[in-house]
Amino acid sequence: MASLDELKKRISSVKSTQKITKAMKMVAAAKLRRAQESAEKGRPYSDKMNNIILNLSNNITDIENSPKLLAGTGESKVYLCVVMTSDRGLCGGFNTNIIKKAKSYFQKITSEGKTLKIITVGSKGYDQLKRVYKNNIIEKISFKESKNANYFDADKVGKIIINKFEKKEFDVCTIFYNQFKNVITQIPQEQQIIPLKSSKKVEENSAQDNYEFEPEEDEILNNLLPKNISTQIFKAMLENSASEQGSRMSAMDNATRNAGEMVDRLTIEYNRSRQAAITKELIEIISGAESL
Amino acid sequence: MSETFNIEIVNPEKSFLKKENVSEVVVPAFEGELGILKDHISIISFLKPGIIKIFSGAEEERFYIDDGIVEFKDNSLSILTSSIFDIKNLDKNHISNSISEAEKELSSNEIDDQKRFLLNHKVEVLKSLSLN
Repeated sequence: MASLDELKKRISSVKSTQKITKAMKMVAAAKLRRAQESAEKGRPYSDKMNNIILNLSNNITDIENSPKLLAGTGESKVYLCVVMTSDRGLCGGFNTNIIKKAKSYFQKITSEGKTLKIITVGSKGYDQLKRVYKNNIIEKISFKESKNANYFDADKVGKIIINKFEKKEFDVCTIFYNQFKNVITQIPQEQQIIPLKSSKKVEENSAQDNYEFEPEEDEILNNLLPKNISTQIFKAMLENSASEQGSRMSAMDNATRNAGEMVDRLTIEYNRSRQAAITKELIEIISGAESL
Repeated sequence: MSETFNIEIVNPEKSFLKKENVSEVVVPAFEGELGILKDHISIISFLKPGIIKIFSGAEEERFYIDDGIVEFKDNSLSILTSSIFDIKNLDKNHISNSISEAEKELSSNEIDDQKRFLLNHKVEVLKSLSLN
């Protein structure tokens, strides 16, 4: 059994760890509120953008000449995956979940004999992927300096993607991020952004919307689609930052609780061995007195 | 029946402005200024750098935008823009910074005619703002 002194040291060390995790939990909770708010505020923009694009693509008659960002290159040989993770650790399974999702997708692609290219956003994703997919990673981006997710950063990522698309470096682009559902649940998502997948909504609101366009449809689309990519990335960033804080909060909550249990256990052990030592001394004194 | 409609301006971060009793909006559309009144036909258009004027009653509000998309449907107008500033709060330094940035871009050779046109226009609008 450990000596009393050692136990005492361990108890105080666990207690100070608990203090740290507790503080991190509080910070994460405060940040979560802000991140959640901005994620909700950002939704109207991306929803509206999506709606307009849907309306536009419904109105496009000449499909063959429609912009490549919408229709695709017509091939599907090179896949670009944008894996979005956090820049900081200690947030439970947040990064691991995204990576897991991405890796299973990578395996599917490579087993089909397609070429895989990866862009990592956030340093933790790069750290986890570089061991296996080092040669596939063509770019790593991290926004360690910027505190909150902002549109400016998202636009940068979007421009990089579009640049590569215009140079015909890839055919299909998919982004990976965590969707924020609530504090305990974050769902890792894969979303294809190039070519734009037409969602089910098309059928619901077709026909009745007759718009006047100025300038022509395809000209609008050509301008709008690159913006939409930045918007989608920005949305993913917002969802991600809310998820990161939520995940960190619950991870730190667990850690605090575990530390509490550990302190209880160690305190009992400490008290027992203290009692044992006292009893032993007493027995020694009594037996010493008896032998006189 | 009143002659007013709804307007909502959103930027990526939040819903910037929401009003319900707007009588007229003038936006700098791609092919010229576009005034929108109630019961305008459904329209989607692009905006170039310029000034949005919103009239509600006797009130007039002005905003400067860099770019944007405008959609009008069922008497509600949505404007999506990535950068918007209230003209009252626009400070001179920001204007002169944007002007010099745009001029720097203009001097590089890699831009096409459309971009050149937009940038020229932007400089013009900004200069007229800084005079006031």
